[in-house]
Amino acid sequence: MSEIATTMNNTFSTMQGDESTSADDVQEPAGNLRIDASMTRSRSKAVETAIKISVRDLNFYYGKFHALKNISLDIAEKQVTAFIGPSGCGKSTLLRVFNRIYDLYPGQRSEGEVIMDGQNILSKEQDVNQIRAKVGMVFQKPTPFPMSIYDNIAFGVKMYEKLSRHEMDQRVEWALKEAAIWDEVKDKLRQSGTELSGGQQQRLCIARAIAVKPEVLLLDEPASALDPLSTLKIEELISELKEDYTIAIVTHNMQQAGRVSDYTAFCYLGEIVEFNDTSTMFTKPDKKETEDYITGRFG
Amino acid sequence: MISIYRRRRLINAINLTASVLTTLFGLFWLTWLLWTLLDHGLPWLNMDVFTKITPPPGSAGGLINAIKGSLIMTAIAVAIGTPIGILAGTYLSEFSRSSRFAPIVRFVNDILLSAPSIIIGVFIYELMVVPMGHFSAWAGSVALALIMLPVVVKTTEDMLRLVPDSMREAAAALGAPQWKVITIVVYRAARAGMLTGVMLGLARISGETAPLLFTALNNQFNSSHLNQPMANLPVVIFQFAMSPYEDWQHLAWAGALLITFTILLLNILARYVLRTRKMS
Ligand SMILES: Nc1ncnc2c1ncn2[C@@H]1O[C@H](COP(=O)(O)OP(=O)(O)OP(=O)(O)O)[C@@H](O)[C@H]1O
Ligand SMILES: [Mg+2]
Repeated sequence: MSEIATTMNNTFSTMQGDESTSADDVQEPAGNLRIDASMTRSRSKAVETAIKISVRDLNFYYGKFHALKNISLDIAEKQVTAFIGPSGCGKSTLLRVFNRIYDLYPGQRSEGEVIMDGQNILSKEQDVNQIRAKVGMVFQKPTPFPMSIYDNIAFGVKMYEKLSRHEMDQRVEWALKEAAIWDEVKDKLRQSGTELSGGQQQRLCIARAIAVKPEVLLLDEPASALDPLSTLKIEELISELKEDYTIAIVTHNMQQAGRVSDYTAFCYLGEIVEFNDTSTMFTKPDKKETEDYITGRFG
Repeated sequence: MISIYRRRRLINAINLTASVLTTLFGLFWLTWLLWTLLDHGLPWLNMDVFTKITPPPGSAGGLINAIKGSLIMTAIAVAIGTPIGILAGTYLSEFSRSSRFAPIVRFVNDILLSAPSIIIGVFIYELMVVPMGHFSAWAGSVALALIMLPVVVKTTEDMLRLVPDSMREAAAALGAPQWKVITIVVYRAARAGMLTGVMLGLARISGETAPLLFTALNNQFNSSHLNQPMANLPVVIFQFAMSPYEDWQHLAWAGALLITFTILLLNILARYVLRTRKMS
């Protein structure tokens, strides 16, 4: 796995460069990649790894507006699935179906099935709060609550667990460490979460989502408002988190999708145009639209 | 191009002058009023005002029974008006997104907000004073609570609406049920604004005279019985200012000064709270 990741990294850094001048550099990693790709080609990999969420004929409406059209795809367990596509194609909408956050707004509704662990989370009988405790979400804009850093983390934990003071301290520390922000905030846990920098706030939000020990993490452009260094930290974080969590990430950054994800879905006008493992997607996409988008010729 | 620019600058200059002049016009009367109050009230604002009860004409006295009565009735009014107002404001902002009932509530609340306070007084007179057979501090408190209520409802709704939906989404996304999202996260974010609403409501009722005239009336003694008529600053000021006796008129000035500056202080405090929260 990690081998693929490194070769992919190489490939992408070289893909960024001028291809004609760096042909020599490309040769070797590209060769490796071809071998890896042929082994992992097609969806066979998706079948081997367990499926966490399986979407069947999903349609989504904002009032009369038909935002998602007949979406069907499988999200593999403990893998990173990236959603790419031009602005307004429905990436955020799709993520917002996975934890039914759209339920907050009357007028937004979905049809079809989203099966997680054998249960259709879209059915009326499902307790939305239970789903949300299992499916954490981090939004594009950091949203720290107007309370202390400690309380920001403890808020979600308190919803479903009754921890002693000591256990809560440990959980907060664990979550902050997991989100790679512990060292920066360990001396000011009582300080307001809103006083952190944007990048720190975003990692605080990730820590907050992890603290409730979800099974799935939805990340909607988690790094779009961050500087390159914070972005890098979050990307590293994602690679570590995937050991334990199933991750779905929306990103506008092709290199980022290439670096962090195992599978990539390309959305366009509310449909999934192509869905495959990331290496295939970025080297030999089936569809012309995908290739055009990835190489920056449209979008 | 140049001519358009010159025209725009001219219009800007005219508008600016007009705004400054009207502001000065408003400020002029306000300063005059405050100055008159200070001029007539300050000489009579002594310790007696805070220690002695309202005197019969011709003898020395103070306003302590009226001050105490005002404090008691205002406190009860706040205790009644705040929870109801906050709950109603919460309903309007958080629970009624697609309801047809909410616009009606909002409309009625706006009417109540601008209803002349004397009408509230007459209403409570009919509702409480007549059946009870006498004026009472309870009736006065309820009348004041009714006047305060729409202020709290409106500010609570406005302040809760200022909290971005992303905050609610973030809390809900952690699996928090709606009432916890509201009480723990949204209230926390809007806390200062909601407090301001209560303070503005408080400022609004601390000077009301008409509703008290019909409900609590007045009491020349230092009474704490909520079932009895109770002295209060606005009615005492009204009665004393209208009287031909000079020492009563002096006490009325002192009371007017007291009440005006209390309200001023409350308003400044409300604004200060709102500003410190905006900066954080
Ligand atoms: N609350 C809403 N009400 C109505 N239409 C909406 C709403 N939110 C999104 N849409 C529409 O749904 C479509 C998909 O929006 P969505 O936010 O999912 O796009 P996206 O792929 O996340 O785009 P971006 O990359 O810009 O974030 C868009 O056409 C958008 O206009
Ligand atoms: Mg989006």
